[in-house]
Amino acid sequence: MTSPVRPWKRPPTLVRDPRWRRVLQVGIVLYLLLALGSVHVDWLRVWEGLERGQRFVLGFLQPDFTSRWNDIQKGLVESLTMTVTATVAGIALSVPIGIGAARNLVSRPVYLACRFVIAVSRALQEIIVAIFMVAMFGFGPFAGFLTLVFGSVGFLSKLLADDIEEIDEAQTEAIRATGASWWQVVHYAVQPQVLPRLIGLSLYRLDINFRESAVIGIVGAGGIGATLNTAIDRYEYDSAGAILLLIIGIVLVVEYSSSYLRKFLQ
Amino acid sequence: MNPETAPAHAGPRTWTHRSARLRLLLWLGWLALVALCVFCWRVMTADTMWIFVADAPRQAADIGSRMLPPRWSYLPELLGPLWDTINIATLGTIGGVLLAIPVALLAARNTTPSRHFLRPVALFLIVASRSINSLIWALLLVAMIGPGLLAGIVAIALRSIGFVGKLLYEAIEEVEQSQVEAVRATGASGAQVLTYGIVPQVLPAFWSISVFRWDINIRESTVLGLVGAGGIGLKLQASLNVLAWPQVTLILLLILATVLLSEWVSARVRRALI
Repeated sequence: MTSPVRPWKRPPTLVRDPRWRRVLQVGIVLYLLLALGSVHVDWLRVWEGLERGQRFVLGFLQPDFTSRWNDIQKGLVESLTMTVTATVAGIALSVPIGIGAARNLVSRPVYLACRFVIAVSRALQEIIVAIFMVAMFGFGPFAGFLTLVFGSVGFLSKLLADDIEEIDEAQTEAIRATGASWWQVVHYAVQPQVLPRLIGLSLYRLDINFRESAVIGIVGAGGIGATLNTAIDRYEYDSAGAILLLIIGIVLVVEYSSSYLRKFLQ
Repeated sequence: MNPETAPAHAGPRTWTHRSARLRLLLWLGWLALVALCVFCWRVMTADTMWIFVADAPRQAADIGSRMLPPRWSYLPELLGPLWDTINIATLGTIGGVLLAIPVALLAARNTTPSRHFLRPVALFLIVASRSINSLIWALLLVAMIGPGLLAGIVAIALRSIGFVGKLLYEAIEEVEQSQVEAVRATGASGAQVLTYGIVPQVLPAFWSISVFRWDINIRESTVLGLVGAGGIGLKLQASLNVLAWPQVTLILLLILATVLLSEWVSARVRRALI
């Protein structure tokens, strides 16, 4: 008797029907073949580029902070000031919109209007908003500031509204039972429950805004991105490496200090 | 200092939420914040041409009137670039996820082979990839390997390492140790502990993270063309350069539809996974 011992195999969990599994597998392979086929690569160009890539890696390892320091400093100051002002303005705008977008606090028309604002702000990428802001307000950090405010409003209001919708209703009811007005309910029942998280979200948004401010400069909205773009266009990889290291360093500092602050506040 | 021990020299004691010192500190903090904000505003707007800002409503109305109606006949020309965009996002996600798995294994405290040497390296890779936007990666790669889809795919992949790596290593660190120990107690080797003890526990999280990242990548790959990395962004850049606003409107609508669709797909898949 040599009955073969079938080793145990975990039954599939996601797609149970074997026919559907086969169709899915064939479909995925077919898609990958088609997708890979549509990528035309000029390998000669890539080969030539490798040498430049090597120079970039070298520039990253031996960054040149000094020869373009004036431009770098100007870009950094623009980015940092843009980040701070845009975050503060974004918070100031997103608190009323966030309250307005919480279903348990406001009437239906207000809720729908605020949710619409949030949806518009979240649907458009920052870089596209930046293109329009530059077209309307001219080049420079002011357009970048408006772009970041626009993005912050969508992000912060949505998370704040979702947070308010999930608060403990018992506390709201208790405050309301004392005969409190709508403002008093917001102040004494809602605010204490969502404030710690709002502070955490704001610090997180500060971090995102700085990272975004490094990008929107590419389309002319000021900040370190413009400097970086120029450095790469001139093939000055050592300066570009210096800028990227500065961005990474600042993001690290902001991230660690904000996580420390969040722990301290909660 | 709690209210009980507070000096009571002003008649009947009233309960306050914070002590006087804390309130003072709080006010000073607010003052510093406002001062910082005003200072930053002044520095930032030092070179702003207010004449352009004042002109903005007129400019907005002008652009708005030029943008409508969208030029629908441009749609067939956009389908090719749209296909490219989706390919950039999908292939980039696959590449990024494949690169992120080893990085996550090196970064997780319970699977890393060396806690003092390799783990910091992996963490630095994750932070570097996360702090640099995919557009900047694309800018670098276009300068290096030339414009085209490949630059976009590599940019998306490099950017995805950080996101997927971070979430994946957190998932690995949170696995239930008793299962890992049980597998190890059977005399399993390191690789076997990984495949039978850890992988089954993080697999749902892994798929969910990958699909989530794919959704974000669709969003990001639509604009990569602005710096020459292929896809529908190239058409956007071309239309913006010749101020063909009706075409811009159509491209933006198409991007919006694609993003909404990918968001819906990813939400459905993730709900099925969890």
